Amino acid sequence: MKRYSAFAIVREALMNDHKGWERAWRNAQPKKRYDVVIVGAGGHGLATAYYLGKNFGITNVAVIEKGWLGGGNTGRNTTIIRSNYLQDASAAIYEKARSLYETMSQDLNYNVMFSPRGVMMLAQTEHEVRGYQRTAHANALQGVQTEFISPRRVKDIVPIINLDGPRYPVLGALWQERGGTARHDAVAWGYARACSAMGMDIIQQCEVTGVTRDGARVSGVDTSKGHIACEKLGIVVAGHSGELARMAGFRLPVESAPLQALVSEPIKPVMDCVVMANTVHGYMSQSDKGEMVIGGGTDSYNAFTQRGSFHHIEHTVAALIETFPMVSRLKMLRQWGGIVDMTGDRSPILSRTPVDGIFINCGWGTGGFKAIPGSGWGFAELMATGKSALCAEFGMDRFAKGRFIDESVAAGVAH
Amino acid sequence: MLIFNCPHCGVAAEETELSGGGEAHLKRFGPGCSDADFEGYLFTRENPKGVHFERWRHAFGCGKWFIAARDTVTLEVFGTYPAQTSEPPREIFDRISEKRPGWSWCNLSGEA
Ligand SMILES: Cc1cc2nc3c(=O)[nH]c(=O)nc-3n(C[C@H](O)[C@H](O)[C@H](O)COP(=O)(O)OP(=O)(O)OC[C@H]3O[C@@H](n4cnc5c(N)ncnc54)[C@H](O)[C@@H]3O)c2cc1C
Ligand SMILES: [Zn+2]
Repeated sequence: MKRYSAFAIVREALMNDHKGWERAWRNAQPKKRYDVVIVGAGGHGLATAYYLGKNFGITNVAVIEKGWLGGGNTGRNTTIIRSNYLQDASAAIYEKARSLYETMSQDLNYNVMFSPRGVMMLAQTEHEVRGYQRTAHANALQGVQTEFISPRRVKDIVPIINLDGPRYPVLGALWQERGGTARHDAVAWGYARACSAMGMDIIQQCEVTGVTRDGARVSGVDTSKGHIACEKLGIVVAGHSGELARMAGFRLPVESAPLQALVSEPIKPVMDCVVMANTVHGYMSQSDKGEMVIGGGTDSYNAFTQRGSFHHIEHTVAALIETFPMVSRLKMLRQWGGIVDMTGDRSPILSRTPVDGIFINCGWGTGGFKAIPGSGWGFAELMATGKSALCAEFGMDRFAKGRFIDESVAAGVAH
Repeated sequence: MLIFNCPHCGVAAEETELSGGGEAHLKRFGPGCSDADFEGYLFTRENPKGVHFERWRHAFGCGKWFIAARDTVTLEVFGTYPAQTSEPPREIFDRISEKRPGWSWCNLSGEA
């Protein structure tokens, strides 16, 4: 792999007319067997493969993807990165991820455009004020830097905001200065390039259609490109987790629903942080191109349509207009959806499964982009060694034991 | 937007006048059951890519609960029936079998 650098740009420009750039990753075809097969080339699957290689020297790995890599939720999300969760287990894995984002571009030699521009979660009811003050205190104990700020500071940071309501006045906010955004595609592409450079195969346009077993143990997967044998299997397919679990012979506490986002026409810079308004189900940031990136709530029923219901857009935009009156003048350019995998306690599952050799990483729901490096780090450790402190609390047995990591009340609706 | 015919009041109800109640035909378990059964009842879901049975309430209409059979990929609605039934009526069964040969869901299947 040729390294990317300022020098390389000059070299390619002057010596090669930019024709010397090599493909970022090989277009691999499957071998007969691998030590580890990962199903799903989203951020979590690719990061898992990367840390298997980097931290454990396991490089006989294939990542199998039915579409194109990063074409699932990883390429459809609104890229908010924060770690201001309430529960200790969540704070640990999300903060690990956030800190890895800070050095990801250097680590992968790929510009993922991590922008720690600050994430602000508005408190618009008395309940939210109390809730976020509690989170700020919990974060202090967890070593996650956040603070509860006054409406005046909110206005200083976000001049376009309307503090006065009328329905939901801004009463304060939970502010994480080191949160922000990153370029979603680049995260997938950067990991894919680094995995490919370690000799791993990323096999696109290859759908897993079955899981084969040798007694109680996994022996491989059936795919649209034939059978691929493996020692260990990682299922990392977000909204399709239920389908893959069925193929493997177990069931999951997960339901899949569309979550949508939309972007406006590009405008001059007006807001240089991320603002989330969980009471009214809306959040917004401004992309480097100038588009306002807007997200809202999930559909209330199971579906695999990757578009979502129209009235959710109306609901989201109507809510945002109260807090950001300028939004009413914006034309919306594009809208899309992704299928998010929701668990009962709104926390992810990083776990062994009832089948020996099969591990599952799912349930990131509406908020897993921010977790990609931390999840890959922990899940690779779990797959390589059989245990991981980061993943310990996220086992799928927690539902039977009633040991929930309840972020559904703590984190609000959106991410 | 989804449109369901409410089997109680006969109105063609739009999604915005309904509230979703999740997977239908769950078998209820309570005190004295095994942990696995209780977990299954509370959390484990079929979540199929295809034929799905689900509960809806005609919240801004007659207020009653009903069950809908729907495809989660195409959003096609195969039919609705009152919530006080333990299995889909024969005609909905047959309609699904005709349109989705070989379908299955929990213990129900097109082969039955
Ligand atoms: C609109 C929207 C906004 C969001 N906003 C945010 C946000 O601001 N911040 C945040 O942190 N998170 C956000 N999320 C959530 C985040 O996108 C996801 O949690 C995260 O991207 C999940 O990554 P993943 O790798 O698990 O799944 P994915 O990226 O979906 O990857 C799974 C892959 O598995 C593949 N696959 C599925 N079935 C098979 C099969 N049978 N064979 C082979 N391959 C298969 C799919 O094609 C897909 O590429 C948002 C999500 C959406 C939809
Ligand atoms: Zn009715």
